[in-house]
Parts: sequence; structure tokens; C-alpha cells
Amino acid sequence: MNFTEKAVIMNRDDVSRAIKRMAHEILEANSGTRDLVILGVQRRGVPLASLLQEAIKAVEGEDLPMGAIDITFYRDDLSKLGPSPKVATTEMPLDVTDKVVILVDDVLFTGRTVRAALDVIMDWGRPRAIQLAVLVDRGHRELPIRPDFVGKNVPTSHKEVIKVKVEDFDGKQEVVVGEVQG
Amino acid sequence: MEWSWQRIPAEYLVTGVKLARGGKLAARKGFLHVKKGRIEAIGVGKPTAEGLPALDAEGLVLAPGFVDTHVHFREPGQEEKETVATGSRAAAAGGYTAVVTMPNTDPAIDNAGMVRYVIDRAKEAGLCRVLPTGAISVGREGESMAEMGAMIEAGAVAFTDDGSPVASGKLMANALKYAKMLGVPIMSHAEDLSITGGGCMHAGYWSTRLGLTGMPRAGEDAATFRDIELARATGGHLHVCHVSTKGAVDAIRRAKIDGVLVTAEATPHHFSLDHSCCREYSPLFKMSPPLREPDDVTAVADGLADGTLDCIATDHAPHTATEKELQFDQSPFGVIGLETAFAVGNTFLVEAGKMDLGQLVQCMTERPADVLGLPLGRLDEGAEADFVLLDPKRQWTVATEHLRSRSRNSSFLGETLCGRVMATFLRGRLTWREEDPSLG
Amino acid sequence: MTFQRKDVLGLEDMSAEEILLALDIAERFRAVFDRPVRSVPIMRGRTVVNFFHEPSTRTRISFELAEKRLSADIVNFSVATSSFSKGETLRDTAENLAAMKIDMLVVRHKSAGAAQYLSKVLECPVINGGDGCHEHPTQGLLDIMTMRQRLGDLRGKKVTIIGDISHSRVARSNIWGLNKLGAEVTCCGPPTMVPGNIARLGVKVEYDLKRAVAEADVLNILRIQLERGAGTGFPSNREYHRMYGVTEDIVRGLKPEAFIMHPGPMNRNVEIASEVADGPRQVILDQVANGVAVRMALIYLLSGGDPGALASSDAA
Repeated sequence: MNFTEKAVIMNRDDVSRAIKRMAHEILEANSGTRDLVILGVQRRGVPLASLLQEAIKAVEGEDLPMGAIDITFYRDDLSKLGPSPKVATTEMPLDVTDKVVILVDDVLFTGRTVRAALDVIMDWGRPRAIQLAVLVDRGHRELPIRPDFVGKNVPTSHKEVIKVKVEDFDGKQEVVVGEVQG
Repeated sequence: MEWSWQRIPAEYLVTGVKLARGGKLAARKGFLHVKKGRIEAIGVGKPTAEGLPALDAEGLVLAPGFVDTHVHFREPGQEEKETVATGSRAAAAGGYTAVVTMPNTDPAIDNAGMVRYVIDRAKEAGLCRVLPTGAISVGREGESMAEMGAMIEAGAVAFTDDGSPVASGKLMANALKYAKMLGVPIMSHAEDLSITGGGCMHAGYWSTRLGLTGMPRAGEDAATFRDIELARATGGHLHVCHVSTKGAVDAIRRAKIDGVLVTAEATPHHFSLDHSCCREYSPLFKMSPPLREPDDVTAVADGLADGTLDCIATDHAPHTATEKELQFDQSPFGVIGLETAFAVGNTFLVEAGKMDLGQLVQCMTERPADVLGLPLGRLDEGAEADFVLLDPKRQWTVATEHLRSRSRNSSFLGETLCGRVMATFLRGRLTWREEDPSLG
Repeated sequence: MTFQRKDVLGLEDMSAEEILLALDIAERFRAVFDRPVRSVPIMRGRTVVNFFHEPSTRTRISFELAEKRLSADIVNFSVATSSFSKGETLRDTAENLAAMKIDMLVVRHKSAGAAQYLSKVLECPVINGGDGCHEHPTQGLLDIMTMRQRLGDLRGKKVTIIGDISHSRVARSNIWGLNKLGAEVTCCGPPTMVPGNIARLGVKVEYDLKRAVAEADVLNILRIQLERGAGTGFPSNREYHRMYGVTEDIVRGLKPEAFIMHPGPMNRNVEIASEVADGPRQVILDQVANGVAVRMALIYLLSGGDPGALASSDAA
């Protein structure tokens, strides 16, 4: 599969600005940081979750508990995993029961990843609420799932691909749109 | 008059053939003249008789009909595996005109009536001379001697408890003495079950690797040593069945030098295959004695080539598909071999340079006849016309459609072999022919 | 790295990469055990059949637990509870199983080669849960996983396997797997139980227990099959314990960090002294926990290659 980059739709500053705005929205919606827990979806949701954690700290001066969720064992397409499944770890910082979980992912597309992530969280405990924060919402939902906080809405065609690049994995911070051939 | 496969005439010629007899393959082409089931004339060059129907078998080898000292036809009792009739059909397809049947049927062939039964069944089939052996002991139980004298009168040619070794040395010694008086050999399945019992393949690297219980060579060697010493002591004729170990070959070689009256046979699978064949757990490679190590395979082939081992015997042992689909350790011992014996011998002995075709034919004709002391396996004027036509260069891949036995448990399925039996004649009558338009 | 095999029949035909991948995935599953909900839904709607043609409690329970924690549907056939063993050939059994359209088969059979046979006639993945004296790959993997947790890279590490090597499928799977990962394996036991030609599998053979364990990083002690060994392989349990039992005296001669494994169930005071069995060197409960994780990993990995699409996923 060849990925051809078509355009940069968010540069480094755009991403930082979006994260800061989302941090404010989260604090506004929850009237502060009480009972908040941030969980990033492996893999690119995790660095984005840290950025969000830092942004909230910059406002409130408080380090929210943060964790990572691996959805591999919760996917609904086992047969399509192919020969080399990537399995990461789930790290829960604390019992999520009665907490408000801010679930963070990079791109919201069909909604299936979020569905799996919700199951993972439920297996760990019973949160009071789960709110979804995504950097990009590209549409084409296949499940009744909607984000609570969105960095940028990007209308796309089905064959287009959105790539979020983060410092930890890609050495840069931007969002690009492209197409995949083959 | 024209030659016709459909109506074989009472008198005919076979021409254009190379004759294999007396351990040699004739360099020049020759002929065979058959009259009323007997050999009227045979020789090189042109036939003297003229105007007879003639089968032009240009390019083929004409040899005496093969003689097998060791087959299991399972009748009575296990007719689902083989009958005398289906076994005879398989024998004819392999070029055999005489076979020696083993007595491990159910009930065992341990009395004159049962010997007659087998002979009658064979006459009905009419495809092969069937020479029954009788059991050494009543019920093959290894306790008391069976009525060998009566069985000889009924037509038995030798005695053996094959399938079950004779554990008692005393019984073996008595059997050798008694059979000596009757002028027939004792055929020994030489195996010490107290050494090999519970095993299902050769004890060696492969049994260790596969986690299967092994049958050590020592089990066969020790039993062979014992029987040779009993033959030495009694003067009886010992015929060692299906020799598979280097140790047994060496022991027989020494005994022959010493003048002990011992003869021996080897099976096609023991001079061609080794224990690594069991690596996929296929019961088509499970037999007793088991496939051994490469140096044993070489020793058996060399033993045949130098005459230590007298003859090739198939140990044709049919088992149903169901039995051979059991797990390796659960499946019964034995494989069939009549239809493939010549091709395996030709491929693994002649093509491999161990012996020439004349010698191979001798190992399958004269020599087994001599073991039994019977006037078979030769092409003499006046003798009954048992003969085969062979194409030693013809390649074929063994498939179930080549097998005429009721069972299909051949180790050589899927193997490409060199050498084919093109037609078999018993007393001048056709008993089998390769369906091939190139042959008349 | 890929895991594209249909079956797991033995460690003999698995590559070092495949073994390491399975162990890495198994470590992830072990992490799941520490959560409030110890199962994951990945095998939901798939049927795994456990066909046990030989009595086994531990292995069967471990497989069942693994399957349940993957949310698979489970059907158990065992010698005691089914007609499958009574006069029926393995081929008949296989045809029945194929007709039932199962998604995976775990088989334990008293005949060596049984799993191999079933894998050839069944389209679904087959996991060998132990075949005769041949292989027991999941036990081999859990043993290796336990070693790796303590020793890290196994290259150059010394493992001594003690007991009835001749009749041990655990020994064979350990030998194949450890060799592939570069460990040095020594087999020790009386000559009646350690065939000399086992050396051709790439192991050292040592009949003296003290010498066999002096340099060892791990002792893997096999269970002595009392019903099989007594009377043929060794004179008595007492004598076996004296000559090959791992006692406190033997433990004192070990390297300080060396540890002791046993596939269970133990014959106390035969192959292992009670004090050693309860002592600080043994890691037997780790083996048990790892067993479930390894079996989850294999079931999971073998399911990944199955054809038949469900739904698309979020492409990031």
C-alpha cells in the first residue's frame, strides 16, 4: 500500500491551538478537574492525551491521572488482523469507577475503535461518565457514536486517509490528508 | 494363425524376447515355444517351429514366473483384508506364479483339513500356485507341535508360526528335527518379543524423535542367533524370514560358511526404505520387522547380492484401509508387496548397481524354489510354462489402480519405480496383462 | 515478523521468531489477569473444541480457562464423557468435528502423531495439547516463557532436564524450543530413561545428577510416571529419589540464582524432595499462570489468519 500525501491540514501550531482549546472545553464542561481521568487509545491517542494533560495543567496547575488503552483484544475484526497483530499495553492509573473518563484518540472515523475502547474501560470499572475527545473527526460513522470534543472536523471521501503525526512516533506534529493506492 | 490375447492358443511362440534364466540375461534375442501348457522348446535365435501363432514381444525380457516364499492371504477368517482369490490376483499382477501362504489365519492353518481348504480355494481362483505352510504349533500358540506329517500329505510345503515368533527354544529345536525328517524347512519369524514387545518401529534416532516405542535390532539379532544355533545342533533346515538387520545378515553369512543348513529371505521394503520413512507417522511404513537404519538397508541389499540371503519374499500383508488409518502405534503391522516387488527390486538393486537383472530374476525364481526344494522358477524344456514378460526400463508411478489386492496398504504409493511386469502366464495361460496397446 | 501457520503441533517446526512472538503476546495476556475483568471479547462467537483422548486435568483446565478468557464458546470431549473413543477411528472423529464446523481444535491424544493427523484432515487450526511421547508444545512454551521472565535472553543459558526423557513429550518440546532460542540443554536421568541418541537432537547427555546441574541456570524436573517406570526403568521410587531426586543437598550445589521448574503434578520425594517443592527456588505457580497466557496467545494468533471478513476498522 502506498500512501500519497495530498495536503497538510493542520500544522504544528494548529494542533497545539486545538489541544489548548479542547482543554478549556473539557474544564468548562466538567466545571473543573474533579474526578477527571485521561485515557489515550494506543498508539497515537496516548501522546495526544499527554498533550491534553499538559494543557490542562497549564490552566489548572493540576496533573490529571493519565492512562493508556490497548484495544487489540477487543476488536470486532479478528480475522482481518492479518499475520502480525500489534499488541500494546493497557495501563490504568487507578480504579475508574465513579470517575469521569476523557477518552482521547487521534482520528474518529467509523467509531469501531471507540466502541472497543469503551468495552475495555467497562472491563476495568464503572465510570460515572465517559467523554470522547478526538483531534480529527472525518465522518463516515458506522456506529451511533459522537465526539464530545473535536480539534477539527475534516470532511473526507471514503478513499482518503487522515494521518496524525506526533513527536514521539513521527518526529513532527501535524495532520495530513492523503490517498492510499493498491 | 494370428496371435490373440483374447483366445490364447494351445500352442504358440513368444518371440523377440531376451531370456533371463540361470542368473543371466541372454545377450541375444530368443524365443519360447509353448505347447499344451508346457515348454516345448526354448532358446536363442529363431524358433525351429514354423506356422504357429506368435506373440511378438520385441524388447521385453522373458523370465520364469516369480516365486514368493512369504505372503499372507488372510483366508480363512479375515476375508475383508484378502482372500486366496484376491491374493492370487495380486500375485499374478506382480508376475508371480507361485506363492507360499502363511498360516496365521483365523483359525490358524494347523491341520491337514485347513491346508486342503487353502489349496481348494486356490484351485477355484486358478491364477497362481498357492503353496500353504502349516503352523508349527497348535493354534500358533507356541506350546505343542501341530500334526506336520498330515499337513505335508495334504500339500503343505513348510512350517512356521509366522507373525508370532516361537518363544520356546525347545519347541523350535523339536520342530527343526521333525521337519528335517519330513524334508521341509522351518520358517522363522526371528524376534525376541521380550526385547521388542510394545514397540512399533525401529529403535533409533527416529523413534526417539517421534516419541514412538522402539523395537531394537537386538530383538531380531538374538532370535536369529538362537535359531541358527538350533539349526546347527539339530541339522534341520532353518529358513529365516524377512531379514532386516546387519547383525542377522552377518550371522547368516557366518552360519552358511560353517555349513549350517540355513536359508533366508529379504523383503523389497527392507532393501529400499529406512526408518526415516516413519517421520509423518504413516502406518503404511509400519511393519514387523520394522524399517531399519541405512546401514541395515545396505547390508540386506548386499546380502542378496552375495547370496547370503537366498531370495526376495514380499511378506505381502494386507490390512484394511480402516486399520491403516489408525494412529501409528495402534495400526497393525504389515504392508502389501506382490504388485510392486519386481519394480522395487529392479529400481533399488539393479538400477542402483547392486546386481544385474539376471541375478534379480534369480532371487525371485530359482532361489526361492530351491529354498522350498520345488521344481519351480526355471525355464526347462518339458516343464510347465510359468513365465513372465518384463519391461525393465518402463517407469511408472504406483497408484491404487495398479494394486489388485483387496487391500491398498503399500509403502510405495506415489513412488516412481522403474520396471514393469507386462504379462504373466501360468501353465501357458495368461493370468495378467498390462493393459497397454503397445503389446500386441 | 509473521505468524502464518495454520496449526501448532510442536516446537520442532516453529521458528525462533514465531516462538518469541507467541511469548510476547502471552506477556500481554498475562497483564489481563491483573484486571478486575480477566477476559477479553476477541474470540466471541467462535467455537473451540477440546478433544481429550487421554485423561488430563491440568492441561484441560488451562486450555479451558484460556478459551474462556478469550470469550470463545467451548465444547469438551473427553474419553470419559463421549463415545468418541469407543471403537471409533480418529478419522471418524475428525469427520464428525469437521461436519460440526468448529473454529479450532485442541487435541490431547495418547498416540504420537495424532495432532498431526487431525491437522491434515481438518481445515480449522489445531493445537496439540500433547501427543503420546512426542510433543507438548504449549507446555514447552510456558516453560520457556517462565525461563525468559527470569533470565531474559536465553542464548547461552544452561537448562538441565531431569527424568524419563524417553517417554516425555515435555522434554522433546523443551529441547526443540530451547535449542532454537540458543539455550544449552542437558538431559539427565538413568540410562534406561535417557536414550543415547537423544544427543542427536542437540543436547548433552549426563547420567550423573550433580554434574548435570552444577552449571545449570534452570532445572526442569519431569514427572516420573510411576505406573510406567517402576519395574523397568529403575528399581524403586526410593532408589530413583536417591540417584535422581532433586533434594536440598542437590539444591545447595546449584548456582545461587538457579531456579527449579516442574510441569506438575509432582511426586513428592520421588523426583523432587518435598522441601524443594515448597522451597524458595521453585517457580511452579508462575508456570501455571504462564500456561494460561501462552494458550491464550496461541489461540489468538491462530485465529487471526482465518478467512471470512467481519467489519472494517478505524484506520488511523
